[in-house]
Amino acid sequence: MKLPHFEYEAPGTLDEAIALLVAGDGMARPIAGGQSFVPVMAFRLAEPSMLVDLRNIPGLNKIEIGAEGVRLGAMVRWRDILDHAGLKTALALLPEAIEHVAHYQIRNRGTVGGSLAHADPAAEMPTIALTCDAVIDVVGAKGKRSIRAGDLFIGPLMTSLESDEIIVSVLLPAWPATRRWGFQEFSRRRGDFALAGVAAFYDVDASGLAQNAHIGAISVGDTPLRLTKAEAVLNGRKIDDATIADATAAASAEVDPNGDIHASARYRKALVGTLLSRALNAAANRKA
Amino acid sequence: MKPASHHAQNTYIGGHIERVEDYRFLRGEGQYLDDVSRPGQWHAAFLRSPIAHGRIRKIDASAALVMAGVHAVVTANDIEGDIPTIPFRRPNPTIGPYAQPIIAREKVRYFGEPVAMVLAESAELAEDALAAIVLDIETLPPVIEREAAMSDKVLLFEDVKTNVPTVFNADKGDADAAFAAADYVIRDTFYTQRQTALPMETRGLLAEWDAKLGKLSVSGAAKLPFFNRKAMAKMMKLPEEAVDYIELDVGGGFGARGEFYPEDYLVAFGARKFGHPVKWIEDRREHLMAIGHSRECSSDVELAFRKDGVILGMRGSLYINIGAYVRPNGMTPVRNAAQFMSGPYRVPAIHLDAYAFVSNKTPAGTYRGPGRYEGCFFIERLMDQAAAGLGIDRLEIRRRNLLTHTEMPYPLATVLPSDGRAETQCDSGHHLEPFELVVHDSKWAEKSALQGTLIDGRYHGIAIGSFIEGGASGPQENVRMELHADGKVGLYAGSSAIGQGLETILSQIAADYLELPMDRIVVFHGSTTYLKEGWGSFGSRATVMGGSAVLDAAKKFLAAFRTHAAARLGVTIEEVTVSEGVARTADGRSVPLSEVIADGINVDGSFKNQTPTYTYGSSFAHVAVDAGTGHVEIVDYVVADDVGRIINSMTLHGQVMGAAVQGFGSVFSEELVYNDEGQLMVGSLADYLVPLASDYPVVRCHSLENWPSPTNPLGAKGAGEGGIIPVGGVVANAVANALSSFGVKPNVLPLSPSRVWEMIEDARAKV
Ligand SMILES: Cc1cc2nc3c(=O)[nH]c(=O)nc-3n(C[C@H](O)[C@H](O)[C@H](O)COP(=O)(O)OP(=O)(O)OC[C@H]3O[C@@H](n4cnc5c(N)ncnc54)[C@H](O)[C@@H]3O)c2cc1C
Repeated sequence: MKLPHFEYEAPGTLDEAIALLVAGDGMARPIAGGQSFVPVMAFRLAEPSMLVDLRNIPGLNKIEIGAEGVRLGAMVRWRDILDHAGLKTALALLPEAIEHVAHYQIRNRGTVGGSLAHADPAAEMPTIALTCDAVIDVVGAKGKRSIRAGDLFIGPLMTSLESDEIIVSVLLPAWPATRRWGFQEFSRRRGDFALAGVAAFYDVDASGLAQNAHIGAISVGDTPLRLTKAEAVLNGRKIDDATIADATAAASAEVDPNGDIHASARYRKALVGTLLSRALNAAANRKA
Repeated sequence: MKPASHHAQNTYIGGHIERVEDYRFLRGEGQYLDDVSRPGQWHAAFLRSPIAHGRIRKIDASAALVMAGVHAVVTANDIEGDIPTIPFRRPNPTIGPYAQPIIAREKVRYFGEPVAMVLAESAELAEDALAAIVLDIETLPPVIEREAAMSDKVLLFEDVKTNVPTVFNADKGDADAAFAAADYVIRDTFYTQRQTALPMETRGLLAEWDAKLGKLSVSGAAKLPFFNRKAMAKMMKLPEEAVDYIELDVGGGFGARGEFYPEDYLVAFGARKFGHPVKWIEDRREHLMAIGHSRECSSDVELAFRKDGVILGMRGSLYINIGAYVRPNGMTPVRNAAQFMSGPYRVPAIHLDAYAFVSNKTPAGTYRGPGRYEGCFFIERLMDQAAAGLGIDRLEIRRRNLLTHTEMPYPLATVLPSDGRAETQCDSGHHLEPFELVVHDSKWAEKSALQGTLIDGRYHGIAIGSFIEGGASGPQENVRMELHADGKVGLYAGSSAIGQGLETILSQIAADYLELPMDRIVVFHGSTTYLKEGWGSFGSRATVMGGSAVLDAAKKFLAAFRTHAAARLGVTIEEVTVSEGVARTADGRSVPLSEVIADGINVDGSFKNQTPTYTYGSSFAHVAVDAGTGHVEIVDYVVADDVGRIINSMTLHGQVMGAAVQGFGSVFSEELVYNDEGQLMVGSLADYLVPLASDYPVVRCHSLENWPSPTNPLGAKGAGEGGIIPVGGVVANAVANALSSFGVKPNVLPLSPSRVWEMIEDARAKV
């Protein structure tokens, strides 16, 4: 579990970083907090020729709250999100979810961009991005582009990023103040990757019915998932016990998780329903 | 009997005394193996079998050998003659053929078995080279679980024709007659999962060969330096004096670290063969596949009762998966499970068969409370089920069967074939005392109302259970006490420090007896260079055995002081009294200890004892179970034990709490899972889930010293393991109690959220 040999650069600009990635011809990798990729290297599951550290590139660690929504720079760390007072009102779902990420030391180093690029279906940030219809801004040798979260995650630990592309920021669209939301996850120990997790929100229309329901699930598929069938159950209905029961059943039915050494598939499937039910209860009972 | 220290004013023993070691540790001044390096040292890395069972066709290291920085690759072909096998610590007549060779030659028998060792300029380069070695292995059918192993269809050792090296029988009275006469019998099957001890510091060794002197020095010793020195000398065909084992600071042992493993030999072999110091630090991934596993035990056991709840007998079979070889103490958990399953209860008639079977998994060894944790789980689960079956209160049924002081010494079952400790007996105690203390402190009466109730979405349950803990493993311990030039007293102990606070404990005992301040005592431990012979730290022995040896040395030290002082004062020895570091005559003349430095004091002390001590106690758990997630919260956990004599309540409670929390890991989260091919599925601490401080409440501990052990002058008993022993049984019973409305039987560990939820679901599906 010693690291393989690699070169290391910490350039001061995005252009230089991209040039290094291009020169690496697919074998050079960006590195941010290192909390996911260094273990991968220690297990010799990746042996990059070079690590391009993004730490010296200015402007990547900003949290901006504006009319269009919340923009998180790629190098924003979990700690920065949890320490940010404005986020608790602008997008309360985000800090609530990030509370569940790992442990102290890891939250001090792990980054938003790293988590999105790592694309672990058991991680919180990718599911939050997907649930919130986030847009990820990247730059690469061919220039800039924006990728919808739903198009970024294509498989377990797989994204649609080119090897010379760097995530610059992610935009989570603005929330109306009256939005109802809930977040629930369950892990074997505090800070472990979730056995399953659910992020849910909806808006309430003038007649008290749910609209625009968004439900994302952690750790029950190859990628972060949207539970569209459960969302459909909620839209146009009052969120009461009967609706929640229907949505819960729909959620369990539409996921097809794998079993592993930590939990059986059967358990995970049911757990998604349990967590959704708890998240929706929290949402319904939350004072708008 | 109140074996006081010889002057009433001595106050270190029994105190709440901070550990003297901690000043160093907290300042980052600990010296662990990885802190030590030597000029010219090479680094070792091991190529390990990637499959569970196979025949080695060829190992081609040529590509590795040409890599920059790679010095050598050692395989079985480099070992002349027979491949040495690791000696047993507790031999018995049938295990000989199952001993572990120090490297695989023809066959590999577990995933992770060493097949080659690379020696390189750095650990990184050594690891790089592993990938360049071509290993050609023919796959054989893996033998993973009990049925396949015990069928003997596929043999691990073709020459011996059975996968069952030993069946131990534990016997007492006439069990069949007891069952024939019983009013009520409860029988069930149970399983405790495969685990490992997981010390924070992984293993490591630094071996140096001095060709001129013909001497081998091995740093990184733990637990048993003197035994391992003998083993190494024998396998290396060197005289014992030519091998030194050096103990540095050790980051935990728990039974697993410090036993003799294949890598120990290979690292030393490399140093000797190539004349370079060789260092190896085990990484966590290989630690999980290489260090001793433990606890994988299934059972089919029954208890016979009279209708008033009095136990008449115990019968059944235990099946222990000991992995691919019999390691030095691989049989200890097997024979212990049989001997100690009756635990603190009066069981007049016993017949248990404990089968040790080999499989293509990592070979097993001991883990804190070996065999006792397993046995306690089985009997405590049976006790709660019997209480329900007989309609007797769970406290009451235990009160009727716990051992009392009038029955001491109380003989346990005899275990044959003998590994040298066939017979044993509880030495002293009154088991109802800690039991009632726990009943009281846990507020059992009040909490009884909770049993099975649903509060805020969670089911609450409580349980209590009791245990015995064997300690003071014999046969002997030695210390040497020397007056140093600075006036301090050097204490050279044969016991090992594995993180348990040995320096503090031995200093307290020495300081009390010598009537000196504790900071005048300096403890040196564990290395074979200090003493001709010693034993070490295992089986909860260091305080009792090492501490008693300190008393002996202190007595001789004071006698020597008196002799020197009498000579200086020109009087007879009888005219001199010694107290608080000063020798005095009746007429008021005196000689302080510092004045006899030139005369020299250097004395040996020892303590011989083959009779173990039995600490005993009870513990209580209050749990709350979330039926939606299967999560079990420990709401409260209380332990009380009687340790004969409390030397240091702080280190004692540290042991008890630490052991209890370690037990929570056993009950809920730790498991070494293998797939059907015999591949270990647990490769890191993201998979092997040790308990975290944030997951559990503070364990509340009470210690008693009502019944000193008659076996040693301190009256002390071992206390390092007891805390973990009852956790499985007590927590599982609390979960059963919480979920009583579903009628679930938590008989299989661990109680992972997934398993707890499935038990509830399956019970729901039945109604
Ligand atoms: C013990 C432990 C527990 C953990 N538990 C959790 C948990 O519960 N939940 C959770 O979500 N995470 C968890 N993590 C992971 C942690 O949150 C990581 O920090 C995070 O997933 C990745 O962030 P990073 O900055 O460390 O990325 P790195 O490790 O530096 O990089 C990860 C990957 O992203 C790429 N990358 C990094 N930055 C960029 C960028 N700007 N553009 C393009 N590619 C980039 C790298 O090339 C690499 O492939 C845990 C980690 C550990 C060690």
